[in-house]
Order: sequence, then C-alpha cells, then structure tokens
Amino acid sequence: MAAPRIDLPQGTLDLLILRTVALEPMHGWAISERIHQVSSEVLQVHQGSLYPALHRLERRGWIRARWGASENNRRAKYYELTKTGHKQLEAEENEWKKLTAAVAQVLETS
Amino acid sequence: MLSDLWMRTRALFRRKAVEGELDDEIRFHFAEQVEKYIQRGLTRYEAARRARLEFGGLDQVKEECRDARGVRLVESFAQDVRYALRGLRKNPGFTAVALVTIALGIGATTVMFTVVNGVLLKPLPYPDPHRLVVVRAHTDTWNAKVYGEQKFSYPDFLDCRRQSHTMEMAGLVFNDGTVSEPGPPDNENYFEISSNLFSVLRVSLAQGRAFLPEEDRIGGRPVAVLGYTFWQSHFGGRPDVVGTSLVLDQKRYTIVGIAPAGFRVSGEEPGLYTPVGQDAAGYLRNRAAQPVHVVARLGPDVTLAQAQAEIAPIGRHLAKEYADTNAGRSFLVHPLRPEVGNVGSTLWLLLGAAMLVLLIACANVASLLLARAVSRERELAMRAVLGASKWRLARQCLTESAVLGLAGGALGILCAYAGVRPFVALWPGSLPRVEQVHLDARVLAFAVGVSILTGILFGLAPALRTPARQLEQTLRAAARSVTRSSRRWHGAFVVSEICLAFVLLIAAAMLGRTLLRVSSLNPGLNIHNLLTMRVALSPATLDDPARIPAAWRDLLERARHVPGVQSITAVDIVPMREGNNPLGYWTTADVPPTNKQPIALASSVTPDYLNVMGIPLRRGRFFNDEDRLGTFPVIVVDDVLAHDAFGTENVIGKQLWMPDMACVEGKTTTGANGKAKTVETPVQCKGPFMIVGVVGHVRYWGLASDDQAQVRGQIYYPFAQVPAPFLRRWSELMSIAVRTNVAPLSVVEPLRNALRGASGDQVLYEVRTMEQLTKDSLALQRFLATLFGVFAGLALALACIGIYGVLAYLTGQRVPEIGVRIALGATRGNILRMVLRQSLRMVIVGVGLGLLGALAAGRVLVHLVDGMRPLDMTTFALVFLLFTAAALLASFVPARRASRADPVTAIRCE
Repeated sequence: MAAPRIDLPQGTLDLLILRTVALEPMHGWAISERIHQVSSEVLQVHQGSLYPALHRLERRGWIRARWGASENNRRAKYYELTKTGHKQLEAEENEWKKLTAAVAQVLETS
Repeated sequence: MLSDLWMRTRALFRRKAVEGELDDEIRFHFAEQVEKYIQRGLTRYEAARRARLEFGGLDQVKEECRDARGVRLVESFAQDVRYALRGLRKNPGFTAVALVTIALGIGATTVMFTVVNGVLLKPLPYPDPHRLVVVRAHTDTWNAKVYGEQKFSYPDFLDCRRQSHTMEMAGLVFNDGTVSEPGPPDNENYFEISSNLFSVLRVSLAQGRAFLPEEDRIGGRPVAVLGYTFWQSHFGGRPDVVGTSLVLDQKRYTIVGIAPAGFRVSGEEPGLYTPVGQDAAGYLRNRAAQPVHVVARLGPDVTLAQAQAEIAPIGRHLAKEYADTNAGRSFLVHPLRPEVGNVGSTLWLLLGAAMLVLLIACANVASLLLARAVSRERELAMRAVLGASKWRLARQCLTESAVLGLAGGALGILCAYAGVRPFVALWPGSLPRVEQVHLDARVLAFAVGVSILTGILFGLAPALRTPARQLEQTLRAAARSVTRSSRRWHGAFVVSEICLAFVLLIAAAMLGRTLLRVSSLNPGLNIHNLLTMRVALSPATLDDPARIPAAWRDLLERARHVPGVQSITAVDIVPMREGNNPLGYWTTADVPPTNKQPIALASSVTPDYLNVMGIPLRRGRFFNDEDRLGTFPVIVVDDVLAHDAFGTENVIGKQLWMPDMACVEGKTTTGANGKAKTVETPVQCKGPFMIVGVVGHVRYWGLASDDQAQVRGQIYYPFAQVPAPFLRRWSELMSIAVRTNVAPLSVVEPLRNALRGASGDQVLYEVRTMEQLTKDSLALQRFLATLFGVFAGLALALACIGIYGVLAYLTGQRVPEIGVRIALGATRGNILRMVLRQSLRMVIVGVGLGLLGALAAGRVLVHLVDGMRPLDMTTFALVFLLFTAAALLASFVPARRASRADPVTAIRCE
C-alpha cells in the first residue's frame, strides 16, 4: 500500500520541516503527516530521519520546542519557527528555487 | 550558537531528563501512528504491528537522535573513563604496581621542577618586574671573573640619577656593623640605600615610612628602617617600635619604618637599612671605589634601548671630566634578573636525571600494559567485529592509560608535596630564592601535563596493537599466543630501560669516585683543633687608627691566656671560607694593565700564622716582629706562585710588583700655623715587595674546587706593614684563627668573654672550626653523589623489575616451545642458559646504546661539578659488571622456572 519511498537528502528535509512549521506550531507526528499529505502522498518522512533532523534544527536555533497538550490531551512536544528560522527559511527557499531552475535548464537543453 | 551550547550542556548534565523527553516524544509519535491506522479500519493489534514495522527499531531511532545531539564525543569519553576505572579496580595487583612506579617517577620530577620553577623561572617578587633594570659600569680592564660585576661609584650614581629622565635610579651599598642596642652586641648586615629604593621597587613598608630625600645627605638625621626578620628577632615583633632607636657602630639611629616580610634585594635580607647619603666614609666620596649596586625602574613607555641611549653619553661625559678615575668607563643597562649564582645548571641537571627515572618508570608500565593488552586481544577483536572503529578502540586504550597516568600523577604530586621541604633542607649551603620554592599553579599544571603525556606514552604500544585485520584469526586463536611484534616491543622496552638506568649508574659512580678522591686530598694545613672567627673591634678603637695596632696586640695577648688556647694568629682571609682578596702581580717594574696581570690571593697575617695553621715552610723564613712599617716590604709566597712566576729558580730575594696593594704616599705641606704637616694618601704601589720565604700551597677554594680554580697562587704579607690609612678597613675584615689543645668549640665562650674589650662591645661572629669548613667545601659533591645514588638505585631496581617481568612473561608464553625442546633432548641447563643468554643480549644492547648517553652525562658532570675527572675504563667496567650481575640475578628466577617445565603438560596445554 505504501508508495515506493523516495529518500530525501538531508538539507531538503530541513527545508520542508521549516516550511511546515512556519504555518503553525506542530508536533513531530503532525509534521510528518502534513508533509505526506501536501506532497500528494509522495514524500514519506521516516521517523529515524525526522527526529534527528528536528533536534538538529533545534540546536541550531531555527526552531523552538515547547511541551504542550495534543488534540487528544496527551503530552506532546510542539515545534515553532524562530525569527532566525524565518530568515533561514527564506534563504533556503531562494536557494532551492535557483537550484531547481538551473537543473531544469540543464535537463531541457541536453 | 547560544541555543546550541545550551542544548549540549543540557544533554550532558541533565541526561536523564533529556532521555526521558526523547522517549516520550517517540512514544507519542508511535501512539499517533497507531491511532491513524485504527481510524483507517485496522484492529488495534494490526495497527500496532504495522506501526512497529514501519518504525524500525525504537532504539535505533533513539540512537540516531543521540548522535544528532552533538555530545557524542564527551559521552563516549566519559564512558571510556568509567570503563578504565572499572578495569583498574578489577586488577588491584597490577594497578598498585603501576601506580607506585608512576608516582615515584612523577614525584621525583615534580620535586625537581618545583625547585627549578622557584629558583630559575619565577619572576622577581616586585610589582611590574619587567620594568626594572640594573645599571652597571663597564671598564675593559675590569676582570669580572675575579672581582665580580663592576658597580657604580657613589658620585657617579648621584650624577646619573640627577641627569636621567628615562629611568628612576636607586642605589644600595652592602655593609655590616656592630649593633649594640638592643640586645648584646652582635655583628649585623645592613644596606645603605638611597631614599627612593623602596619607591623604585614599588614596595610599601609594613610599618612607618621610607627615608626622605633630606635624610639622604651628609648631616641628615640618623634614621633606620628595620628588616622584618630583625624586627622579629631583636624587638620581638612589638608594634610600637617605630620611633624608638638602636645603636649601630656606636651611633644612635631612630627607627622610622619596618620593611615587609620576605622583602629581599639581590637575594638578601639585611638586618636594617640606613640612608647612604649620610655616610661620610671616604670610599663613598671618590670615584675610584665602586661599591654602589644600582637598580632602576624604566619610565612609562620607555624601552631598554632608550634608557641605554640616554645613559651612554652621560658616561662619556664623566669619563672626560674625571679622566683619572673614569677613563674608559661606560654604563650599561640590563634587565633585572634574580640572582641565583650558578646553581642553574646543577638544577637542570637534576631535573634531567629525574626525567630519566620517569622514562624508565614509563617503560616499565608500558611493558605491563602491553602484556595486559595481549590478553585482552579477543575482547577488542569482538568489539571491532561489532562495529567499533579502530580509532574508537585506540582511543579507549589511550584513555585507559591516561587515567592510569593521571592517577599515578596525583599520587606523585602528593609525594612531591611531602618531599619538597626535605629536599630544600638537604641542599648544600643555602639555596638562592628558597622562599619561592613551593607548589603553585604552574607546578601543578606541569605535573598534570607530564602525567597525561606519560599516560599517552606508555599507552601507545597497546593502542597501536588494536586489531583491525585478521579479526577472525584473533577470535579463534588461544588467548596466550604472543606474536613476534609483541616480543619485539617488550624487548625494546627492556633495552631502553637498561640504557637509561646505565646512564644514571655511570653518573652516580663518577660522583661517588670523585667524592672519595677529593675527600682524601691534602688541604695544605692542619685542619684539626683549629677554630676561626671574625672579629669586630670596638667602634671607638676603629675611629682612631693610631690605637688599632695596640688594640690587636692586646686582643691576641688576651686570647693566648685563655685556657685551652695553644696559639693564635690574625688573618684576613681564611681557607675554604667565603671572602678572598685577589691582586694582580708582576715580576718587573713595568707592570702591564690590570686585566693582563696574573692574579694571586693576597692575605695579610701576623707572624704566628704558619704555626697556627700548620702550613709547611719550604724555603727561607716566615715573618717576624722585625717586619713592620718602615722596614722593607716583605712577602711570602706559596710554591704554586713561585713556580708560576719564576719557574724552578730560587725565588728567595726576588721581587714582585703589586700596584693594588695597600701603599701610601706622604705629602708634606705647610699648615696654617707655619708648621710642616705630612699627609698620607692612598696610592698605587710603585715599589717592589721582596720574597723572603716559600710555603706549601693551601687548597684555599676547597678540597674539590682548588685544583681547577683560576686564581691559585698565594701571597702573604705582614699585617704590621699595613699603612695607617688602611688600618680601619683592614681591621673590619680581620679574623682570628686559634689552635686549641682541647675541642675547639669548647673555647668559644671563654674567648668571647675574654675579648669583649674595655667597653664590652667587641664581638666575635661567624665561628667555624676548620674541620667544619673543610667538610662544607665538599657539601655539593656529597649532595649530588647521594642524590644520584638514589636515582641510580631507583633506576636499577626498576630496570631489574622490568627485566624480571618481561622475562617471566615471555618464558611463560614460550612454555609449549620449551616443552618441545626438552622433549627433543635439551637439558635443564640448556634451557637455563638459553634464557640467561636472552637476558644478557638485552643488557649488552642496552649498555651499548647507553654508552653514548653515559659519555655525554660524564661530560656535563665534569663541566658542572668541581673535582670531577672524565669517565675512565675502571668506572665503566665496574658499572657494567654490576649491571650484568643485577640483570642476571633478576633473570634467574624466570629462567629456572622455565627450565623446570614439564614437557608433557607444556605441550598439552596448547
């Protein structure tokens, strides 16, 4: 039932997480679900890469963690974007756009 | 950045909380995933199973998160340390031996470094010591080796101080005198200082104040500042001392201040300080005498070069203006360094020897660790198979050995703490800057650093053997197999231990032989039942030169009547005691400049000198009562000078010219009342002195040092022929030597009482027997021989333990092979000889390698220690035999055990 998994490079996963969290604070599971949904179920983020990425981003100061109550009243760790995280998100989005445009150009001409 | 640091710190110190949070987070995710599948329609059981399959291992996820936390390195390091401590606790025997070995090595090294640090490395104890300089005079004809560094004359000092803008200059003059109040009269050292000395050094007094400029000139109020120790000993440390007075050389001084505890200048703490400007003595008013030691502080932003550039033209100007005294004299500015004499090289030598012992200890522990590593090879191979990288395993081995090193080092530091005071107390004579010798931050840092380094050093061998290839074979092989490379390492360790121990043994043997040799040398006089002491005549007598000869005659006469005294003489310098009077001489009338003249020791004596000292008369005669002022100036020389100056000729009746002797010139002037007045002024001696006798040479510089001394020739001249203007200065320097019928020290108190003088203020001080002085002249040789003996003994013991241990281990590994040999027909004797031959081979290789080191050590010792002769074959052969015997003894037990191996069990246990 699960589609063949495409492995995301590490930098890209960071970008996706930052983008997802920019909209509203979410806990880890919600982030993984949201990415899965929004990408039309193509991207499936594995827990083994999600949580290390979340902790790395937290260490770098781009997201901030808070313990709170989930929808069904259980204790969950919510992540939200910090100010430096906003800036980082913008920078990485620009880079991504440039990168994809360049790659598309090379693929078209050859 | 900050959040990074915060998270890492939190991860390190609140590990449980962080782990708990991670656990909660992952579990929550898992629970949500299960919920999702349940909502999709699966049963709880199936949902859980699906989620679990998707998740993979919970622990693996956690592991990845842990890696992402960024504290992996520290955590694994902490883990290694805990593991190492556990391993050490499990093998108490091994740990104890290793710890004691390391503690000995590091303890010895730390003690030596503490002394080196305190004496040689620490800066001066004044505020801002790098801005302090010393200003010296320099004349080309000044022989610094014999007379010491050239100092300033007082008028020169005043001129320079006034004219200099780059430096603030202060001066001090060393002096000593009789303090008659408070307490019984006693001789005391004091410094005459300029009023700004304390402010130049930026030292604030413990009580009261320093001198004012108006007190630092002729006619100023007599004031004094007490030294701290003097205040404690003579005034009982009373708080109300400032304002009271004391009497120095019959003059009353008011006490205005007390110097702080431990304050020293030029390494000395005097009893008191007085203003130099008040002293009207002649030698402070002319430019020919140079008694002033000058220190200065550079002004803000002034460099040494600028100060030098300013003072050079001042010197040139003075040289032109006062050509008869200052010609050729220039002034130099140097940074102020602590005065430590020449103990520096000896201290570095001892530090080197201690480090050799440490290296031997390292080799021993390395051997032990290597043996243990071989037995743990399987465990390490297992870990490598399970995924540990070679670097990770090597790091663990190094951590283990570093922990061992640090533990041993901590023990060593404790030993050093206990050992510093006894070491300093045993140092021969007085150690300069001894008050700075104690454990401080720098010494601790050194000890910790050395501990870690030695830990890594002896951990290298086992760490380098961590298995990377052939894991399967290692896992399968028996834990007792020893590869060839391991044997090579063990052999290398033992050989290096032997090499280093050999060097130390040679050094100790050379020192021991030197001590034996010089102890039996003839001092040149009869040292038994001979007492020496310095004499301070009553200051009233000293003020009037006409009374001085009578005072001396009276003193000697009284002393002769003291029971127990056989004979007595007066002399200014005493053999093997501090103080000497070098003078240049020449055999014809045209005497070359001072730095080209050969130099001899000149001693002024009374006619009884030869009898009292027991010096043999070789030719001619000694002095008698006919030799006095007005008769021809006579001298007696020793056979060394007779040979140096005249070769094998008969020197009786020959003449010597000595410009620096005490001579005067009488100038007759007509006084105000019309009468002729003759004034005698000190001048350079123009006339010759006639040699009337030759005596035996006395080992003046000490039993060990005399043969290599630069100034060996000796000249004696009669005290009775010293002209009147010099009598005061001479009397201040004169001592008496007393030959006794009884034990010398029992005569001291009766002599003191008899010679107290009419006003009760004549003092005898620095009382020593000649036997004491002779023994003290060898104190350094004795100390070094003992210390090196201890080091060499330690080294030999460690090396033998190393040989025993390695041989026991290697033969233990070779038991199967030995069993085969025995089965094939080898006798017990063969096996024994085989093992002993192996040991002997190691000794010969070690000694061969150590030979170069031993020769180098021998050279260094000859250079540093008086009386040493270079390494000779006898010493070398003796030490080699000793070493071989010790090594064979150490190898005997393992060899015998190997030869007793039962072949059947030996082969079977493979």
